[in-house]
Amino acid sequence: MPHIPPAIDLDGVTRRFVRPGGAPLVAIELVSFSVAPGTFVAVVGPSGCGKSTLLNLVAGLDPPDEGTVRIGGAVVAGPSPQVAFMLQKDLLLPWRSIQRNVEFGLEARPGIRRAERRARAERELARCGLSAFAHHYPAQLSGGMRQRAALARTLAVAPGVILLDEPFSALDAITKLTLQQSFAETIHGAGVTALLITHDLMEAVAMADRVLVMSGRPGRIVEDIGLDLPDRGSPMARRRHARAHDYAARLFSTLRLDAAEAA
Amino acid sequence: MPSSAERALGVAVAASPALPRAALRARAGAAALPAASVAVAIVMALAWQFLPPLLGVPKYILPPLGDLVREMARMWRQENLLLHLVSTASMAAAGFVLGSAFGAVCGYALGLSALWERVLSPYILALQIAPKVAFAPLFIMWFGYNAMPKLLVTVLVVFFPILVNVLQAMKTADRDLVNLARAFSMRRGQIFAKVLFPASLPNLMAGLRIGATLAVIGVTVGELVGGESGLGYLISYGEGQANTAMVFDAIALLTAIGIVLYGLVAVTEARVLHYIPRPPMR
Repeated sequence: MPHIPPAIDLDGVTRRFVRPGGAPLVAIELVSFSVAPGTFVAVVGPSGCGKSTLLNLVAGLDPPDEGTVRIGGAVVAGPSPQVAFMLQKDLLLPWRSIQRNVEFGLEARPGIRRAERRARAERELARCGLSAFAHHYPAQLSGGMRQRAALARTLAVAPGVILLDEPFSALDAITKLTLQQSFAETIHGAGVTALLITHDLMEAVAMADRVLVMSGRPGRIVEDIGLDLPDRGSPMARRRHARAHDYAARLFSTLRLDAAEAA
Repeated sequence: MPSSAERALGVAVAASPALPRAALRARAGAAALPAASVAVAIVMALAWQFLPPLLGVPKYILPPLGDLVREMARMWRQENLLLHLVSTASMAAAGFVLGSAFGAVCGYALGLSALWERVLSPYILALQIAPKVAFAPLFIMWFGYNAMPKLLVTVLVVFFPILVNVLQAMKTADRDLVNLARAFSMRRGQIFAKVLFPASLPNLMAGLRIGATLAVIGVTVGELVGGESGLGYLISYGEGQANTAMVFDAIALLTAIGIVLYGLVAVTEARVLHYIPRPPMR
């Protein structure tokens, strides 16, 4: 069997931030984990545990102070075309139509002509169910549709890895459920590796293959739970499994224990 | 389609015309507003025409409106009014364009270099506070009685609001948007062209609106202090002759130039910022 390198691999990663006139703030400390290609991993933890720092490190936006981050076996030294991310904010450019927003990430890729950019954007819009809104502007769309457009933009660059930083937390409860469903279907269908940062434990259980639990500051990985559940492409179906609720309860008690230790 | 409950209450609904009356009132209100504005103008014009003679105000203090119209026609025939008007309008436009361009370029340059912005910001603040029109005599001493001093004053006056607005936009740009562009492997030039510059346009347009009104002030001061042409020159010429009507007419034309310049900016803004949803007019 040929050796396939993990899609994401962190080895003893520490990141500190210098505070003016204070002791350095250790955001994450000695974090190590690897993610197999095509896996969906959720990261949960209390607020301020360095989840977003983790994302910036994997995206190559921020260098680690210690340890190494690898994407597909190669050490990360800056933004990689392999990785795309999306945040709680949709970050759509308000002056561009939805179609042109989806093309945005492709414009920095050498050798992709305008016709191909357009074709790829149209394909992703169709996949995210937004074809009818290609020529609308972001201000004309609802929050859920804008977030779907952001996913289309993320997938348009054909990344191997996508990083999702609380993409559903700004949405109302019903939109959130619908969107989790459509994101899970789309990501499952695209076969990409996904790292989802969230504070919603049920969301983590409903969408992921595996959940990493982080401690409060400095962030460390305190628990790594493989989810033995079917229906990864359908959070709606998963939520109905009794075992899903057992997992969520287990995550909850892990986080509570950690909070109690910190107090 | 009315629901069954509404149909059952049909009589009551029809008998209470609260909604249509409110809509009617709103429509009448929409028409009443411009009508009221026009009425104010008419009352003001009549008061200007008839009140000063009635109150015994001499013509060299406040000439009636009719005199202003007659003086305008005389200036057109005898004082080369068109030439002065064109001179001032073109000077204001040229100063506005040059000042905006310099202001925008400096704003973007400083916005891209945090170091230089910090080094230069105290001086920018000092120059922003300094009364720019007071530089006019200085420019006349340097360049003589020609078009240069008025152009320079106008450029200087327009420069700062544009610079400050653009710089502000660059400093408050969404870091997450910049990071998104970085994550897509965009270079600095691309990030500027595709994210920072378009994101700054609302601020740039706000600066241009202010600049359009200031341009007229700049050129007027330049012409008042040392000009041989332009509406500012006509103001000081009219003052020397105690021709109050001439001064009023020149002020009116300067205002008109300012309104046209401002209108052009507003039209450009509506086109450039078409993607920003506008609240419905009240």
